[in-house]
Amino acid sequence: MKYLCLVYADEAKLNALPQDQVDALIDETMATNEELAAGGHLILTEALEQVASATTVRVRDGRLSATDGPFTETNEQLGGFWLIEARDLNEAIRIAGRLPSASIGAVEIRPVIDLLRERSPR
Amino acid sequence: MTHPAHHAELREQLEGLYRAESRRVLATLVRLLGDLDLAEEALQDAFAAAMEQWRRDGIPVNPRSWLISTGRFRAIDRLRRRARFDALLGELAAQLDGQAPDPAEQADELLEDDRLRLIFTCCHPALSPDAQVAMTLREVCGLTTEEIARAFLTAPPTVAQRIVRAKAKIRDARIPYEVPSPAELPHRLEPVLRVVYLIFTEGYAPAAGDAVIRADLADEAIRLGRLLVDLLPEPEPEVLGLLALLLLQNSRRAARATADGELVLLPDQDRSLWDRDQITEAAGLLRRASASGRIGPYTLQAAIAAAHAEAPTAEATDWDRIVRMYDLLTRADPSPVIELNRAVAVAMRDGPVAGLALIDGILVRGQLDTYPLAHAARADLLRRLGQIAEARAAYQRALALSRQEPQRRFLGRRLRELGRPAGEDA
Repeated sequence: MKYLCLVYADEAKLNALPQDQVDALIDETMATNEELAAGGHLILTEALEQVASATTVRVRDGRLSATDGPFTETNEQLGGFWLIEARDLNEAIRIAGRLPSASIGAVEIRPVIDLLRERSPR
Repeated sequence: MTHPAHHAELREQLEGLYRAESRRVLATLVRLLGDLDLAEEALQDAFAAAMEQWRRDGIPVNPRSWLISTGRFRAIDRLRRRARFDALLGELAAQLDGQAPDPAEQADELLEDDRLRLIFTCCHPALSPDAQVAMTLREVCGLTTEEIARAFLTAPPTVAQRIVRAKAKIRDARIPYEVPSPAELPHRLEPVLRVVYLIFTEGYAPAAGDAVIRADLADEAIRLGRLLVDLLPEPEPEVLGLLALLLLQNSRRAARATADGELVLLPDQDRSLWDRDQITEAAGLLRRASASGRIGPYTLQAAIAAAHAEAPTAEATDWDRIVRMYDLLTRADPSPVIELNRAVAVAMRDGPVAGLALIDGILVRGQLDTYPLAHAARADLLRRLGQIAEARAAYQRALALSRQEPQRRFLGRRLRELGRPAGEDA
């Protein structure tokens, strides 16, 4: 089963980290990613630019609007994601617990659904 | 096979069997079928089938495994019938049929593990605390939604919705049906112990609500505590400590209220009414828990309750020992309520002045300002110091805050005992 792990952290706190700690965090994350890939758990992972770079798009009555900023303002911001393969939620929780980001911010685990299964038969 | 002579006799035997075995059968059906709702339907189907078939063929040698096999086959039938609308269910039915394990041949150990699996699934930390309690009472204890609602003074639809949402989360997020690994056990046990203790206190607290259902809740909590002690390979000391605590509190059940439901405080209780068997059992559990050297909050609270249980009279209570255990408890599990209880113990050891200073210190911080028992404890110490006007004001404050009828009547009694304030006429 696929789970999306969304990492939320306080950008201000991250920005205040000294460079050697940033380097260590990146190294640990790369190492964890390699382990997850070797274990067949990693599908895709990316880190995201800060929310200041976010643009939110909506189409209403056929008109597109693009506005500055994230969908919602929160104290901790979405900073990256891991799409993982896990047997069940307990395994997903164990994997999320291994992500170095979990020690800084929070990891929200969302089960991925199969859209085709949700659709009524044609 | 044994043949029940009468229809009524079989019905009675089946009812007994349902009470004794339905939760075990359910726990195993959940594992075999992989779905809680399907397992519940299968359980009902199995008992309905037993009523039909046992009347004709007699009661099988091993009724439990008969019920499990029958429930499983009925569930596969159900899936097949529904498969006409959903091809995936057909696949699932075929898959389940292919596994064909004969439950009668499965080791008892595996079946006992099913009961633990059910507890850990219902108390999974990914479910909300309210849902954990409702799911445990519904699935592990077999209470109806209406009974749970009555016990917790909640509307039945609210409880039903909690259960539906929890089951949806178990299914959609795929919360597995398993006993946590030894490495994960300590943190996974935390919500389980919390749920068991909450069920007990809800059943034991002299609050409003249906008295019979509430006593049942306390018994259910003790049953759950026993189940954990018996089934966990090496029970964590806190599992033993929790069961000891529940037994010690429950041992005072007969003494804590008069026949007409008036509250009797610990020092005034008739100690000959305390249940000695429960106290003895708790003492044994407490020794096992203490031997581990890792003493947690439940064990400490049980040790404090045991110190009361051991005192032949209220005057003979070892308050110094109790204060020292509260010292440990405030470090292990800091909370203003524990501090309040410690202050009362200090007052008993060192006198009301010392206790009063501690309670005033807690109240100044504002944390227990709306907690009636903080003002009641303060009132009691003021009364003992002869500061009657201040005692009266504190009892009145406690009374204004209290929502529990027996507690309100008790506070009213205390107020009347203080007599009328000076200058007030009859």
